Parts: sequence; structure tokens; C-alpha cells
Amino acid sequence: MKVYFDNAASTKILPEAAQKMVEVMTDYYANPGASSVMGMEADNILKSSAKTISKLINADEKEIYFTSGGTEGDNWAIFGTAKGLKRRGKHIITTVIEHPAVSMPFKVLEEEGYEVTFLPVDEKGYINIEELKNAVREDTILVSIILINNEIGTIQNAEEIGKAIKEKNINTLFHIDAVQAFGKYRIDVKKFKCDMLSVSAHKFNGPKGVGFFYMKKGVNVKPVLYGGGQQNNMRPGTENAAGAAAMAVAAEESYKNLEETNKYVFEIKKRIANRVLNEIEDTFINGDTIEKSSPYVLNIGFKNLRSEVLLHALEEKNVVVSAGSACNSRKKVQSSVLGALGLEDDDIQGSIRFSFSRFNTLEEADICVEALKETVPFLRRFNRKR
Amino acid sequence: MEEKVLIVKYGEIAMRGNNRKLFVNRLVDSIRKNIDEYGDFYVVKEQGRLIVEARGETKAEFDTIIPRVLCIFGILGVAPGIKVTDQSIDNIKEASLKHMKEFFGDKEQSFKVLTKRSNKQYPIVSNEVSAIVGEHIFENMDNLSVDVHNPDVVLTIELRNDAYIYSHYIMGYGGLPYGSSGKAVALLSGGIDSPVAAWLMAKRGVEVSAVYFHSPPYTGERAKQKVEDLARIVSRFTGGMKLYVVHFTELQLYLLESVPEDKLTIFLKRAMMKVAEKIALKEHADGLVTGDSVGQVASQTMQGLNAISAVCNMPVLRPLAGMDKQEIIDIARKIGTFETSILPYEDCCTIFVAKHPETRPKTSVINKIESRLERIDEILEKAFEEMELIEI
Repeated sequence: MKVYFDNAASTKILPEAAQKMVEVMTDYYANPGASSVMGMEADNILKSSAKTISKLINADEKEIYFTSGGTEGDNWAIFGTAKGLKRRGKHIITTVIEHPAVSMPFKVLEEEGYEVTFLPVDEKGYINIEELKNAVREDTILVSIILINNEIGTIQNAEEIGKAIKEKNINTLFHIDAVQAFGKYRIDVKKFKCDMLSVSAHKFNGPKGVGFFYMKKGVNVKPVLYGGGQQNNMRPGTENAAGAAAMAVAAEESYKNLEETNKYVFEIKKRIANRVLNEIEDTFINGDTIEKSSPYVLNIGFKNLRSEVLLHALEEKNVVVSAGSACNSRKKVQSSVLGALGLEDDDIQGSIRFSFSRFNTLEEADICVEALKETVPFLRRFNRKR
Repeated sequence: MEEKVLIVKYGEIAMRGNNRKLFVNRLVDSIRKNIDEYGDFYVVKEQGRLIVEARGETKAEFDTIIPRVLCIFGILGVAPGIKVTDQSIDNIKEASLKHMKEFFGDKEQSFKVLTKRSNKQYPIVSNEVSAIVGEHIFENMDNLSVDVHNPDVVLTIELRNDAYIYSHYIMGYGGLPYGSSGKAVALLSGGIDSPVAAWLMAKRGVEVSAVYFHSPPYTGERAKQKVEDLARIVSRFTGGMKLYVVHFTELQLYLLESVPEDKLTIFLKRAMMKVAEKIALKEHADGLVTGDSVGQVASQTMQGLNAISAVCNMPVLRPLAGMDKQEIIDIARKIGTFETSILPYEDCCTIFVAKHPETRPKTSVINKIESRLERIDEILEKAFEEMELIEI
């Protein structure tokens, strides 16, 4: 059996969610936009899914749009704001530790003539809120922040950030990339004062290819897709009712007993972190302390080792982890997130991400540690610096 | 009677004396195999040409099969055209006009007619055929002008057992029919060069099997998958390929502990050559193929290549030896391996590469060091025994 510690990359679908998906696909297959009763029934599934989700983040159901996932939400927030508010200003702000789904659109806009501020982070991965406040100007139209970082699990203080932005410029829109946070961390869009929020279902045991985008009523953000008028003309395209319904099931399940679940997952993380630090030489935690970062993400650096090799070696022992962020591992680039923390190249090269779900066990944590203890010294013996 | 055909020209084989029949038959087989799924075609032999004709009720389109025929080694090029069975001059005139109308409708073009009279029994000489047909086309198509020196289009009429008319000749890769020059084993690394080298030798008629040296966990499954994908791309030209995967981790680690760091790559490549030669013997092949390009990396100096080749008795073919990187890349793009080759997975040769590798190894010194490596033969024997075969 495989020990799967790569849940920040993607998760196994919850059986109830998969079942829901099959049910909707086979019984409610009409187009939700059709005038027939069958169409209406499919549309009702979308509505009730939106309602379920909206309650979890303290939003109105009309503020929930179904998307294809996190990348679409992030792109929508950024390009949609740029399109809608360009007359008000062309200054946009984000951080240096964003997922490429945010950082790439920012770079595209920068090439198109927008002025971009990339906020630096400290060695633990936090932005400085005073610095953010100073960066927000009269012509700042958007601030986009990753709530829980995908590589190191650092949790930004969304409430303070939202407050700081709005105090400085009430018209600046605030977008939260909550892809790693939703389902694992309580989100309240009113408390966070955020105008937009992007979420992907497959990160919390929902299906791939579906996500949702929260957009506060009344904000002037344009759509990025144009077509047949679905979803209030903001996100045309036949709605994925099956995906939306399955996502709602997975979302509701993950927010049941969230605090207890998080405590449980933290025990797994703690077990691995403590045992690795104590039992394997020359190891260190990247990001903030294990207590303060997300219980779902643990990033450990192994000195004198190449993470890619360790990853393959662990896989031979049926332990699945990740080196860098999964979307990035096909490109031969070093993690820009770890670089932003000020890590040396050699230390970045030896960093591994363990990411958990509530379906992992302490026993699996021990299997993982034992596998590490067997492989790390062996691999180090043959490691040559290039 | 006239019908649409694909005229296939082949090159060097025509000169191959007694083996010619064998080679031509092999070409016919390859064409049949490659186009079989696209419709009801048949291939007939005509002096120095192969003719693909469509059969059956629904005449399949030739456009779809042209690339499938062009990628066969030994074929110089193809031309879609018309076959005229009753070769009266009137029939040829009409068929030629029809062909020109189909291909050049109302495009403003200059043209000339070129006649090749292989059938010397034909009552009209070549130049006269050209003049008669040219005049007929010129009178019936306003958009065409005649230019005998530098025309946009040359309408070719070949008078053989039947007459063949075409204007649009598409170049193939040339070379020799696959397998007509014997067998060799190619070392594939997953980089840009080695698939190009394998392809070039396949083009010269060599039947190629491939070997990849896999070093988990230092090279991942994706790296292996990449080599499989590359072998698959090359085998589009060859119709299939055997890929041997040899596990080399133990050997790599043994060398790492036993030999001077700067000479590691030389020893590693020598070990690869030894195993590849064993595979070649098993496959009844008579040579090895590598993607070495002289001077590209440290081990590819003449001294390096000498020290590496010293371990095998078979000839080591290095078709890229004299090419620049850009020339190699151009071929890789042409044959479709480039995009796959540049995916960034670990290459088996570069895992433990030294900062300053030896560029002028002395074969005698290398031999001497290697004679002290007690376990090397045993490790290689084990790797050979346990290798995996993937039929691509």
C-alpha cells in the first residue's frame, strides 16, 4: 500500500463525492440552462451546491461561481480586475511566494504596462503588513495574496491584510488564493474583507477540473470568458453540475469537525517533523514553526541531498512525496518560494514537501520516517555537489 | 483509361544489382503496411517506380497516405498524378489538361512540359509529345503561360508500360529500405543526440534496437518514460523497435567509489558499451550506434572516444561525429524527437558528472585502473541478466 503524502498536489476523491458525481451525471444530465423541467432540476443542483459552499465562507450563494479550478479563478480575479478597473488605475500588488497561476498573470499584465509590486516575505514566509499598507496607493486596483502557501504552508494573516488594504484604499480589490486553505482553514470573506477568492475542489478530496470563485456583489470585475450567458453572464459555458455537486459534498465533509481534524493532521505532521529532526542529521524545517504553519504542509530540507533523487528513492519504498510544487517539477527550475525565504541554492535542492490529508495516519508517518532513515544516509554517501 | 495514382520514386536501390529485387520487395511491403489502415490500396511495380493505386468502391484520398509513404526509408519522393493505360496522344493530352486544372485551377503560373520516353516503342519522340501537350494546355487554360527555362511548374509525362502524368513532386528522406543493411544496437540516453543518431542509421537501412541505462532513484520513472517515447517516435519510421532497459545504479555507485572522479564518465560509458555489445551479440547485430558528436562534451574528445571504444570489438557508428549541435537539433525537429528530448529529466550520464572531467584520458591508464575493478564484470553480468525488454 502506498503512503500518499502529496495531498497538496492533489487528493483522492471522497467516495461520497464520487458517488454524488455519478448520480448527477446519470440522473440529472440535462443542460442546467434548458427550459425543461429536467434542465431546472439540474439547475437546482447547482443552486443548492452554491448555497452549501456560500455558507462555509460566509458569503451569499449568488456570489459563488463555478469554475474549472484554481488557475481559472486566479486568472479571472487578475485579468477581470485589470479589465474592469483599468481606468481607475494600473497598479497591482502581489507577493513573491505566489503560485504560478497568480504570478504568471501578474507578469503578463506587467508586460502590458501595468505597474506591479511584488511584496517580499521574511525568512518564515510572511509579508510585512506595514509594507503592504505603504504599497497600496490611490491607483492600486488589486492586491492578490496566497492565504496558505502551497510549498511551505505559511498562513498569511488575511484579516489584518484585508483591514490594511481597505483602510488605505477602500476601492482596492482584495483577492485571496485559497486553493490550499479551503477545507482546512476557516474562511470568512466578510471578516477578511476580501472581494474575490479562488478555490479548487481536488485539493480537498473533490473532483479535478472543478472549483469555485467567490466574487463580492457589486464589484466591477469583468469576465474572462464570453459565450452563452451562463452563471449570470459572468462565466459562460455549460455548468458542470456533477462536479459542483461533488465539490459541495467534499466541502461540507471537510468542514465538519474541522478543528478536531486539524489537530489530528497536526499530530501526523508533528510526528514526522520531530522524528526527522531528531533522528536524521542535517535536517531543517522550511518556513515557520510546525505549530504556526498549516498542519497539512511540512517542508523539510535535507542537507547534501538532491530532493528529486530522494523523491524517487522514497517512491521505491511506496512513500509518495513532492519536491518543489508539483506543477513545477516538470520544469528544471528551483523553487522560487524557497528562494524568496533566502535559502541557499544547495538547501533548496534538498527540500522535500510532505503534505497530508485527514485520511493519513500516524502509522504512515512512522513508515515514512523509517523510509527516510534508510534512504537518506545511503543517498548522502553518494551525493556529489555539482 | 485513366486513374489517379501515387507515383513513388526510389533511389539508390536501383543500382543494387542482384539485391535489387529484394530491396524493392521490401519497399513494397513497407508501403503496404504503412497505408493499409487508410483504405483499399495496392502497390504495383513499374520500371524504376512503384505505383500506388486505389481500389474498391470508395476511392480513398491520396493526401492522407502521402506522409505515410514519405517516411519510409529508401523512397526518394512521391508525386500524386494520373496513370493513362491507353497511351494515345489524345488521351495523354486530355489527362494532362485535367491534371493541370485540378492542381492549378486559376492560379497565374508559368509552366513547361517534360516528357520521359522510357518506352522507346512509343511512336512520338519526347520533345514532340511535350510540344503537343503543352499547346493543348496553353490553349485551354488562360491562367497559364509557357516558360521553358524557368517555369513555376514542370508537368512531367513518363511514358513507360503505361503513361504517368504528374507535376507535384514531394521529397522523401532517401536512404535505404529499413533492415537492408543489417542490424545494430543504439544507445539511447534521452537527450537530443542519440535518437537522431539511431534515426540516421535506420535511414541507411540498419535495423536498430535500442538500449537505455536506467539508474533509479537517480533517474526517475519519467526519464524512462521519456526514452520510451523517443523510441516510439523513431519507430514511426522503422515500424517497430526493441528497447532494452538495463539497470545501472549499482554499477554507477560502484564506479563512484572506485575510480577517480574526473574519469568517472569514461568508465561509465565503457561499461555501457560493454553491455550494449552483449546485447548486440544476443540480437545478432554487428555494430553499435551512439550519439557522440566530437568535442561536444568532455568525454567526446578523440582521446575520450578512443578510450571508450577500446572496450568493444564491434564497429561503433557515430553518425553525428562531425555535426554541430544546431545541425543535430535541425534533424531532431524534422523527425519530431526534439520536443520530447528537451523535457528536463535526469540523464543517466550526468548524475554524478564531475566539475572538471578528464578530457584527454589515456586508454592504457584507463585499462589499468579498470583491471583493478574486481567487481565490474560481475555487476555488469547481473545488469545484463536482469535487463528488461520493451517492444515498441
